[in-house]
Amino acid sequence: MKSDRSLVGWLAAPAVFYLTIVYALPLTWLLARSMMGPEGFSLVLFEEFLGDPFSWRVIGNTLRIAGMVTILCLLIGYPVAFALARARGVVQVVLLAAIILPLSIGVVVKAFAWQIVLRRDGVVSQFLVGIGVWSEPQRLLFTEIGLVVGAANVFLPFMILPIYSVVKLIDPRLMEAGATLGVSPVSRFFRILFPLTLPGIVSGLAFVFSLAVSMFVIPSLLIGDRFQTLATLTGRSFLLMRNEALGSVTATVLLVLAVAIVLISSLLARRVGRFA
Amino acid sequence: MTGLERLVQICVWVIAAAAVIFLLTPLVVTIAVSFGNSAVFSLPPPEWSLRWYERLANTRGLWPSILTSLQIAGLSTLISLMLGTLCAIAIVRGTFPGREAITTFLVSPLMLPGLVVGIAMLQGFRLVGLREAWMSLLIAHVVITMPYVVRTVLAALNLFDFTLLDAARMLGCSPVQAVRRVLVPALGPAFLTSGMFAFLASMDNYPVSIFFTDAWTKTLPIQMLQYVEERPDPTIAAISAGLILLAVIVMIIGDRLVGLRRLADF
Repeated sequence: MKSDRSLVGWLAAPAVFYLTIVYALPLTWLLARSMMGPEGFSLVLFEEFLGDPFSWRVIGNTLRIAGMVTILCLLIGYPVAFALARARGVVQVVLLAAIILPLSIGVVVKAFAWQIVLRRDGVVSQFLVGIGVWSEPQRLLFTEIGLVVGAANVFLPFMILPIYSVVKLIDPRLMEAGATLGVSPVSRFFRILFPLTLPGIVSGLAFVFSLAVSMFVIPSLLIGDRFQTLATLTGRSFLLMRNEALGSVTATVLLVLAVAIVLISSLLARRVGRFA
Repeated sequence: MTGLERLVQICVWVIAAAAVIFLLTPLVVTIAVSFGNSAVFSLPPPEWSLRWYERLANTRGLWPSILTSLQIAGLSTLISLMLGTLCAIAIVRGTFPGREAITTFLVSPLMLPGLVVGIAMLQGFRLVGLREAWMSLLIAHVVITMPYVVRTVLAALNLFDFTLLDAARMLGCSPVQAVRRVLVPALGPAFLTSGMFAFLASMDNYPVSIFFTDAWTKTLPIQMLQYVEERPDPTIAAISAGLILLAVIVMIIGDRLVGLRRLADF
């Protein structure tokens, strides 16, 4: 039996071998290439990139849009996670379906739909004119607001589900105990409920922010080429500009950002986990 | 219940209702446009018609791209199911060090920007001289589908009681029979849900596929994006409506098999 248990480990070999060759080595090569000058190791590509004010505008665009998308998702997603945890019967099915169904539909489909929705004669414009917020129809497509709304729509489930997964574990009696002890509703929320949901918030923030930083199709379709983010610039430099040196550098910056988000969020998760 | 609490509760439900509308807006709009007769996406459509669906038959490049997508998604899911399941068994049953690290490694393609993974693989494939689009797509999509399989099968294996295999052996099964009659049925639901999500992830993938398509071999999302850029008309909405229908079917199957609430587990 003992030899069985040590031999079973080899079953991992095909998958690990496959991903090492096809995925890990190319990623390492990409990192290495971005740090290679004409003669050996050099960071000249990065110096060039970071010395260009245009790059900083691109980095600024990326972080600003991702930040706004994340905040919008949190504002909508936090209450929805509570509603989902409290809902029963038909209401719960409707909520779950509305969250899970969009998850299994491709981003090209959804970005195309938002192109239609955000047009000057689209439903958003019609609605806002109808209720008197706007005096005349306006185009939201190809604006930053349009991009943020469309992206938040695509990523919202990734905020709701992690928060829901912690909210559904919270014992409702905790709040009752707080009430019995005479704690006011507001401080009951901030001292009991909110700290318990922090792990969910952290993982939701990390999911949405990293997805929003690296989104590519959504900005291409909803805001166009005038507005560049790190991901669209990376894609363009490989697919259109054939400038692979620039592409390798922006891809590396994106990769570093993504890894940083994972590391920071797991650190934060550990801290709030202890706190709760 | 105080007035404040009631107010907060009403707010929560209002926001939840608004969120449902917000989440379903792109799907409803797409379907509405696909059944309208207006070429300029007027909503509500002046008249209902099936003209965009009739066009699907003659849309250049559509059916080959659907076929390519189905082939790539089906095959890559199958390969991932085999490699991923073997690996999950090794991680749960093995005693070697670094099992945690291997799990993270196999799930990591899901956490890194798809575009970066795509570019890295593009350069890697070029380096070894692989330029054939279909083969490149398949090899790359195994990496995309693997995380879904590993994550779900691993979770299912952690709940599986391996002494059942010993019991089967004692009752006279050969090792192969024991695995086939006891382990495989127990993992059935995990295979189905992870297979479904892996399949959908491959069907919908854009940021990796974009680097491996050529003029003849395109996956559906890439072909659709080309239509959107070249001549946006409601034919795209009709294709999208088909994909939405596919997702609805998959979700209903998922609900029957494991329940919607389990699908929402994160």
